[in-house]
Amino acid sequence: MSALSIWLLFVATGLGTFLQRFLFIYLFGKIEMPYRLRRALRFVPAAALAALVFPALTHPAGHLDISLHNFRLLAGLGGALVAWKTRNVLLTILVGMALLWILGAVFGT
Amino acid sequence: MHIDKDFYAGVRGVVPILIGVIPFAMISGVAAVSVGLTLFETIGISVIVFAGASQLVVYQLMSAGSPWIIMVLTAWVINLRFTMYSATLAPYLQKLPLGQKALLAYMLSDQAFGTSMSYFIGNEKVSHRWYYFGAALTIWVAWQISAVIGALLGALVPASWGFDFAFPLSFMALMFGALYDRPTVAAALVGGSVAVLARGLPYNTGLVLAIFLGIAAGYFLESRLPRKEIAQ
Repeated sequence: MSALSIWLLFVATGLGTFLQRFLFIYLFGKIEMPYRLRRALRFVPAAALAALVFPALTHPAGHLDISLHNFRLLAGLGGALVAWKTRNVLLTILVGMALLWILGAVFGT
Repeated sequence: MHIDKDFYAGVRGVVPILIGVIPFAMISGVAAVSVGLTLFETIGISVIVFAGASQLVVYQLMSAGSPWIIMVLTAWVINLRFTMYSATLAPYLQKLPLGQKALLAYMLSDQAFGTSMSYFIGNEKVSHRWYYFGAALTIWVAWQISAVIGALLGALVPASWGFDFAFPLSFMALMFGALYDRPTVAAALVGGSVAVLARGLPYNTGLVLAIFLGIAAGYFLESRLPRKEIAQ
């Protein structure tokens, strides 16, 4: 990416994010957030984060790989266990990365 | 300038959470450098966007060579939760000039929102805006400093360490925090599965499609379940 398109990316992302933060503070007393929208929005984090996580584990090299040779899938499942039990971002990263390195060092080619 | 005592209460309220914020911000700095951003660009995105999960999404999609518009759209979708926070926080930030509302809105973060809202319940007499300002500003400053430190450290991390794997791992921890009843689990399962199946769609559009189908699945299941099985 060129330096210009990188900065345009930041500005576009930042502007949209600011509007999301500001919109209903600004609109308070003028327009209420519709009930159906509020209900739908509560599913955004679960759906969006899962959509980012799953393919990163099943397609580590760009193609589907469900096997014991897919170290990212195995390390990711270990990380998922930690994430499930602790909800701790740092601990999940540490355990997941450690598993990936250990698998690579022991079984890697 | 007058600073209300509740400002310091807000600062004290978020200090314990900084244990989680500082490493996450440092990781975002390391990650930014690992996908080729300069220190100045890292500071730029941290200040302009100031939303950790969406910044990490942008870095992951940059390293995957995704089109510009998909990066922007996906980051926006990730940040949709802020509209909920904004609607919930709005009653506490009224009677302020527009510019101050805008500044307080810009600083909105998961941590400042969560800390403020849990404090407001049971502390009716507090100056809400000052408490929130203290909490939000503390998070903001800690985030920016830690991101710069991360970016400086990131230059020392070789690519062979596979640090890009920290992206899905961090999203995973955040995802489990967002699963608290059957409809949210359904949203995650459908969103994740569709993302795997639709991965081949052109321009990475499968990602956005997966997110919307996941939301639809959660919404649909919720409307079919009895009320007692749904987190309020």
